[in-house]
This record gives sequence, C-alpha cells and structure tokens, in this order.
Amino acid sequence: MLTFEYFLQQLVTGLANGMLITLVAIGYTLVYGIVEMINFAHGDVFMLGAFSSVTTLQALGAQAVKRVANKDQPPIPETYLWLVIALITSMVFCATLNVLIERLAYRRLRRGSRMAPLISAIGVSFILQNFGIYWKGVSPVNFPRYIPQIDLVKAFGIDSFVRVTTKDVFVFVVTVPLVIALTLFIQRTKLGKAMRATAQDRDAAQLMGIDINRTIALTFLLGGALAGAAGLVSGLYNNTAGFQMGFSYGLNSFTAAVLGGIGNLNGAMLGGVFIGILAAMSDGYLDARWTPVVIFGTLNLVLIIRPSGILGQDLAERA
Amino acid sequence: MQTDIRMMPGRRSYVEEPADPQQTRNRILQATAMAIVLAYPFLDLFFGWQALLAFIPMMLMITLALGLNIVVGYAGLLDLGYAAFYAIGAYAAAFFTSPNSPLASVLPGSPFAWMQDFWVAMIMAVLVAGCAGALLGAPTLRLRGDYLALVTLGFGEIVPRLVKNLEPWTKGVKGMNPIGRPYLFGCQFGVDPCEILGMKLKLGMIPYYYLTLVVGAISIFAIIRLRNSRLGRAWAAIRDDEIAAQGMGINPVTTKLWAFSLGASFSGATGAIFGAYLQTISPDQFEYSTSVIVLCMVILGGTGNIWGVMLGGLLIQSFDRIFAERLTGWIHKAGALTGDPTITAAFNSFDLLKSRLLVFGLCLVLIMNLRPQGILPNRKRRETALTDLPEDDVAPDEAVMIAGAGASTEKSR
Repeated sequence: MLTFEYFLQQLVTGLANGMLITLVAIGYTLVYGIVEMINFAHGDVFMLGAFSSVTTLQALGAQAVKRVANKDQPPIPETYLWLVIALITSMVFCATLNVLIERLAYRRLRRGSRMAPLISAIGVSFILQNFGIYWKGVSPVNFPRYIPQIDLVKAFGIDSFVRVTTKDVFVFVVTVPLVIALTLFIQRTKLGKAMRATAQDRDAAQLMGIDINRTIALTFLLGGALAGAAGLVSGLYNNTAGFQMGFSYGLNSFTAAVLGGIGNLNGAMLGGVFIGILAAMSDGYLDARWTPVVIFGTLNLVLIIRPSGILGQDLAERA
Repeated sequence: MQTDIRMMPGRRSYVEEPADPQQTRNRILQATAMAIVLAYPFLDLFFGWQALLAFIPMMLMITLALGLNIVVGYAGLLDLGYAAFYAIGAYAAAFFTSPNSPLASVLPGSPFAWMQDFWVAMIMAVLVAGCAGALLGAPTLRLRGDYLALVTLGFGEIVPRLVKNLEPWTKGVKGMNPIGRPYLFGCQFGVDPCEILGMKLKLGMIPYYYLTLVVGAISIFAIIRLRNSRLGRAWAAIRDDEIAAQGMGINPVTTKLWAFSLGASFSGATGAIFGAYLQTISPDQFEYSTSVIVLCMVILGGTGNIWGVMLGGLLIQSFDRIFAERLTGWIHKAGALTGDPTITAAFNSFDLLKSRLLVFGLCLVLIMNLRPQGILPNRKRRETALTDLPEDDVAPDEAVMIAGAGASTEKSR
C-alpha cells in the first residue's frame, strides 16, 4: 500500500498548497469579475505580503520552533499572538498596497482598451519585484519556522507513512475561514451586493447610485487582504520567501482562476485546489522541474479548449 | 478612409513640390546619422569609447523589438512570450552549427552536411521560428486579446523550461557552446587575425557590427514594405476594427497568423546572430523578463511606429547596457570625492543595475497612463489599438467627436 500512501501524502500537500493558491486566485478572479482586467501585479503583492510577515515577526521577536530530540516543541503562547498580529499587518499592508496600485496605475485606464491596464499591471509587477529586491535581496530568504511540524497521524496512534502535520492543519485553519468570510461578505452585505452589481453592469450600477470607484477600490482591498494572508501562510508553510515567488505563485493562481472560470468565486476555489493537487502530483510522480511545464501546459490547454473555464460563463461571447 | 490613400504604395504627389528647406535639412541630418552609424566602429576605436560590444547586442535587441512591433503594433496582438521565438531561433541555429549539438554527430558526412554552414543555419532559424509562430498562433489566435496574451506568456514560460529540462539535447542550464560563426571571404567573424586577399587584419568584433547593421537594415526595409502591403493594411484594419475588417473580406485568423509568424521569424534571425556573437546560449537568456523588456522597448518609443520603436529600443538598451553601469560608477566616484566615509559608503551602496526592473516597470506604467501612444506616436493611428476606446464603450456622440478630431488633424497636416 506504499504507493497509495504516497499518493495520499501528495494529496495532503496538494490540498494545503491548493488552499494557498485559492486565496491568491480569489484576488485575480474578484478583480477580473469587476474590471475585466488581469491584475498581473497581484502575485507580487502576495510576495510583498510574505516579506512584510517575516519582517513583522522578526521585529516582534517571535521565536522559531525549538527542536528537542528530533521533535518540534509546541511554541510559547506569545507566538500565537505574534502570528495574529503578523497576519493582520500583512493583510492591511497588502490591502493598502493593492488599493494604491489601483488608484495610481489602473484607474485612468479603465475606459481604454483591455491591453492598456494589462501592460500597466505588468509594469507594476516589475516595480513591486524590484521593491522585493531592495527589501530582501535577490536570493530567497529563510522564513523561520514558527509553526511546529508535529505529525498528527502518529499523535493519534495510527502508524502510517502518511503525515498530516500541524502545519497542514494551520493552512486550513487560516484559509478556510477567510474564504467563508469573503463569500458571506459578497453574498450577504450591502457592499457585497454593490460589488456584484458592478460586476454585472457597471453603468447600470452607477445609475442605481453605486459609487463605482469605491466599489472597485473595495474589490482591490479584499483581494489584497487575502493575498497578504496567503503571503504569511505560505511563508510559514514553505519556510522560504523570495522576490520571484510572486511570479510563479501568481501564475499558478491565475491558472487556477482561469481553470475554474475567471470571475467566478467558486471556480477559483475549485481551480485552486485542483492546481494545488496537480502540482503536488507532478512534483511527486514526475519531477519538480517539470511542474511549471505541467501548470503552464494546463493553462494553455484550458485557454485554447475552454476559455470560459469549468464553472464560467462563456466569456468569448462577451468579447 | 483617408489613411488608406496615404498608405498606398508608390504614392507620388501630382505637383512637383518646390525644395523645402526643412526637407533639405532633414536629408542632411539623415545622411550625417547614416555616416556616423556606418563609421561607428572606427570612431569607437579612434576615440577609445569601448562601447562597440554594447552596441552590437543593442542593435540586435532593437531588431527584435522591430519584429515584436509587427505583432503588437501592426496587428494589435499582445505577445508576452516573444522571447520564446527568439530562443527557438537561437537554439535552431545552435543545433545545426554547434559541435555539441545532437545533430553534430549525424550531419557531417551525411547529404545534409551543408546545413552546418552558419548562413544556412540562420535561414533555417528564421524558418523554424516562423513555423513556431504559426504553430502557436493557429489554435490560439481566435482568443480575445488578454487571453491571447496569457497563452503567449504560458508558451514563453514553457519554452525555456523545456530547454532546461531536455538536457540530453539542449545541454540544459549550461547552455550550448560554441556556436558556428558567420564568415565572409573565408574569414570567420570574431576570430583574429583574419586573412582576406592575402592581407592579415585584426577586426575583432567589427564584422558583427556590420552584420547586425545589415540585418537591421533589411528588417527595416522588409517591415516598411510589409506595412504598406496588402497584408500590412489588413493588419491595420483588423487592429482598428475586426468586425468591419471581416466585413470587407479580410480573414482575421490568417491575417493574424501572418503577423505572428512573420514577427517570430525576425526573432529567429536575431537569435541566430546573437548566439554566434555570444558563442553561447543558455535558457536564462530567454525568460519572461526578456519578453517584457522587448515589449517595453516597443511601447516606450511608440507602438506601431518603426522609428519610435527604434528610439524606445535605443533608450532602454543604452540604459541597460551602458548608462546604468556608468552612472553607478560616476555616483560611486562622486561619493569617494567627498572623502567622508559614511557618504562614500552610502553612495557606494547605490547600484542602478539593481533597479533595472523598477526602471522598466515605471516606464510601462508611466507610458500607459500619461502617453499611451509612446514618445513618437504613429501618426496614422492616433486613436486606435492600444489607446482606443472599445466600440461598445463609445457613446454615439463621442464616436463622432473622435472621428471629427481625427479628420481635423488630417486636414491640418
């Protein structure tokens, strides 16, 4: 049964990574749903979120997990507080950054062709990457281990090759509530309704008295906040952060958003989990160096065969 | 449309115009510029500027930008993976000419041995890159603009990774070297001393300079002819209004396919020469950032305008290859002049080369927001393509106003 257990192991890793991808993918899909632009800089906002988290945690003096007798010790209680503070800081930082980017680089181009904001976004992405280089240098930095890696399967007394660690659980503990909260926000609140109305028909929404600029800014704010959270969680999960992680993670997430049907929230979740698992399987059964080829191949295939994605409406019609 | 008349090839004015002093001055300026460009290697030697080695890749990159301009500027398709075609061209040439390539064990002695010749390999590189463009374009060109951009981005990511991963054929990250050199009169470029007609000459990299110049000039000539051809006018029509163009009997898919394929083939030639010039190629030369830098060159100067693209390319490349380094050096020297250790250290920590991405990024954002048509806009399409308002967003009155504005500028000229 080793092969099946290996498969399960990859599945666990894939699910955890898939949740991270989902958080970033939601940012793409929200923005695309409302302004129909691919926010290329989104992945780099996520990268800066990871950087800000590591800076905050180090500034707070959080202590990395201690290992005693080859086993991770549970962190001291303060660590939880520092983690919450870092999460909030990162979310606020990325949300502000994203709103600023929208205001400075995209708003003027909203009425133009589709290409103009896209090119502007590529520019912003480069600028943010350069800030990343200023901040942490060219080579990836180590993100200290603040979350212990304790195998829960063994802790429950089951002897298995599969490991589900506290780290994996941590990813779910942070991401799932955020996704649920966002869904509720969009479905239940007045602002969420304004967002949905703007996405459907901007002009009509404006005629109904919705402040379009504020609604779009709110969309960028929400997307940025989720990217900030994802930045922290990814740093804690992967224990590394580099200025290029935004590009690679961003493309994975974007693929997820397109796969699920861009502009569709459920699609982003479905696509995120799918891409996470696909990447883990490719890592496990092919080789890590083939994973980007698999992901981009998927992206191109989806775009060619079914550009509207699994759950999306036929966007080609709307062109 | 009035624009079409002006684009007609071979248009002559009916009245013999009197000599315009402005025109004469332009002619003199052009002739001087041409003379400087032609004599540059010798001026460089004479004055000891040592910028020749920067100029050759610069001119190659500008040629690359001219090729991308066909796709982005003329046909209005955003291509974010242009470096992939460049890579395909470079690797195609290397496959035929490098002693390390898998073909090197097959070709010599076979009836295809003539393919190892650099010039043949360069033509093959053009064809292979052009075919790659057509192959990528065929299934994807039906897609809407931003989706097409993503497909090209994905393709641009896949190609260098394939090159990296397919080690037995491509030598992976180490790259391929050496690569066959171009030659003329039995004299190989970049190999000294060189014997022509019994004379021994030390030419250094000068032959490469003239080769790039010739290829650049041929490209410019070909691109101008293309732009004014039936195909070029079809590109402009598709770019400005696809539905109307279709109504006039233009097939959008084949028209776009030609743009894609021809644009890619220019990068094939550039790739072959670049490989020979550097004598080594590796996958990291062809990554996403290369594509974006070339795009940046096209957009900065003026999308769709050859002279604009050349200016943009010159600005970006001279920053990248000459000024960033020299400015940093000057600032370090200025810091050292103050004599104060803290100031010196602060000045020394400044490195413009670390801000390349920032400069390119700012360039894209600022151009898009402040002057979307670029530094030198294309006169014929002030309000089209990248800067235009999509049909459905234009209110009827607005549309009339825009048309009116276009017409009035036409008249005033």
